[in-house]
Amino acid sequence: MRIALEARREASRAAIVLAPVLATLATLAVGFVVFEALGKDPIAAFHAFFIQPVATRYGVGELLLKASPLMLIATGLAVGYRANVWNIGAEGQLTLGAIAGGGLALAAGDARVPSALLLPAMIVAGALCGMAWAAISAWLRTRFNASEILTSLMLVYVANLLLSWLIHGPWRDPDGYNFPQSKQFTDAALLPNLLSGTRLNAGLLIALAVVAMAWLFIRRSVWGFEMRVAGLAPSAAAYAGISSKRNVWLGMLAGGACAGIAGVNEAAGPIGQLLPSMSPGYGFAAIIVAFVGRLHPAGIVFASLLMSLLYLGGESAQVNLALPSAVTGLFQGTLLFFLLAADVLVNYRLRVVGARPATP
Amino acid sequence: MDTFAQLVILTFAAGTPLVFAALGELVVEKAGVLNLGVEGMMLTGAVASFIVTADTHSPWLGVGAGALGGAALSLVFAVLALTLLANQVATGLALSLFGVGLSAFVGRGYISVVIEGIKPLSIPGLSDAAIVGRLLFGHNPMVYLSLALFVAVQWFLHRTRSGLLLRAVGESPASAHAIGHRVIALRYAAVLFGGACAGLGGAYMAVAYTPSWTEGMTAGRGWIALALVVFATWKPWRVLAGAYLFGGVTLAQFQAQAAGVAIPSQLLAMLPYVATVVVLAIISRDATTIRLNAPASLGKPFHPE
Repeated sequence: MRIALEARREASRAAIVLAPVLATLATLAVGFVVFEALGKDPIAAFHAFFIQPVATRYGVGELLLKASPLMLIATGLAVGYRANVWNIGAEGQLTLGAIAGGGLALAAGDARVPSALLLPAMIVAGALCGMAWAAISAWLRTRFNASEILTSLMLVYVANLLLSWLIHGPWRDPDGYNFPQSKQFTDAALLPNLLSGTRLNAGLLIALAVVAMAWLFIRRSVWGFEMRVAGLAPSAAAYAGISSKRNVWLGMLAGGACAGIAGVNEAAGPIGQLLPSMSPGYGFAAIIVAFVGRLHPAGIVFASLLMSLLYLGGESAQVNLALPSAVTGLFQGTLLFFLLAADVLVNYRLRVVGARPATP
Repeated sequence: MDTFAQLVILTFAAGTPLVFAALGELVVEKAGVLNLGVEGMMLTGAVASFIVTADTHSPWLGVGAGALGGAALSLVFAVLALTLLANQVATGLALSLFGVGLSAFVGRGYISVVIEGIKPLSIPGLSDAAIVGRLLFGHNPMVYLSLALFVAVQWFLHRTRSGLLLRAVGESPASAHAIGHRVIALRYAAVLFGGACAGLGGAYMAVAYTPSWTEGMTAGRGWIALALVVFATWKPWRVLAGAYLFGGVTLAQFQAQAAGVAIPSQLLAMLPYVATVVVLAIISRDATTIRLNAPASLGKPFHPE
């Protein structure tokens, strides 16, 4: 007796929704075992990891604050992923967005530019630079057939080195005791606070607006429809005359714009200046968010909250349990593994097979 | 001339992690499987080898642990992508993200630990003799191991029956299955071999090249190795040539920094990444060559009915 996979005629809708839930539960089970193995009381560890960080008003603010860039970037990436355009360089596009937005904030300096002018300009600049960075990969893919997976990833390293050069060199704060950091932005260049007593800022509203726009694009526009077709049935799409080049451009630019805006939001939000690292890997975590959220805007919002909680839990575990914050990355990877494993149920059903029937 | 020998030795040293990782990935891709988790497997191999070396004071035991570590992580990929038919791109990405987190987690207590790594060969009368002696006998022992791996892979793929079968599985798994070959088992073996090679690449970095452990110390070499397989149009000898070319680029960057060139170090450090992108674009431009050389079933899941 063994268990075999039998292809379903149609993808199971129930499994599409259930798989992320199963994956989350399995990840929690692994967490239980890991905490036990590390000699921590699992119940106390779970409390420190998942409850304590969001037990206060401030904590809830942090949850939403960290979820904002994740949902924003994941939404942009999902547009491309639907059409099999694999932009995995969002981290670099985020950095470019932060450089552009931050550069504008620094240039404005003490010139008393009104916030209502400066902030939108920063966001537009960030989106454009994120798009430009992603456009390099789109161009290399459409013009030279080079894998966007590899080029976009390589450009992450280039982007981080560019930022590092700027804040070690031309943009370094002259009064910063030689630390590699830019000047603090003026108040006009900071996003307004949304909830008193927390660090939550208007970046959340921007993220939600972009998620809504992406939903409209995917569901209600011809181009969005064509991208979905290209992802589900590439040869049918080619036969129907759907331009695969346009899909690559749209997919890459959507991801780049969203990541760029997320970069501005980080610079003009919780950070308030340019530092050597503008994100704790949001660009990579957003890839997981996009998959766990089933590339669907609503799912992505939920998945970003879950992923944000993993970030907060990691920080809390560091303080309260003396666990390294790297445990967050471990949980993120495990979650994606279980999701991919559970996804087998979407297209196949498990079947217990007895002894093979004798051949006639 | 001494400087010349030194430069050659340094170039080989810088290219060797890529030789290990890219040769392993080449075998995996020849079997029709695309594992994007090389970076994660390299880091796992690096941390495993470093921990074992630090605890046992035997760097060669560490190298073995590195290969095992890489293979263990690749087993996760194999189960997901081969048995459970998960999307190979997504699974490979997950493997890289997980490997980065895992290595940072288990390596946290070893960051400033000092170990006695594997030293370059020093055979009196040979390694220090004239330039030929230095070029032939002056490398790190693991460099010779990587060259042996190259010979083995080249011989296996093109001179053995199993190698032919592996390539057949990569071209048409359905045909191989139809005539009774065990496609999934063969792909498992290829993926595990690729994981072990990536692990060796990481181990080389952690116990031979720069004996130390730092988070994310492979700095994208796993991804460069993936690109190398494409540049090499899936040919082992071109992987070797490409790896040393990149070794040379890395070296040029260090030499320029050391020579005090008036270019900021961060901009110089971009060189290997930019070079990867440029060369990838140049090679990929010829879509026909890529299509003719790439294994036909690359990245497509296979489910024997």
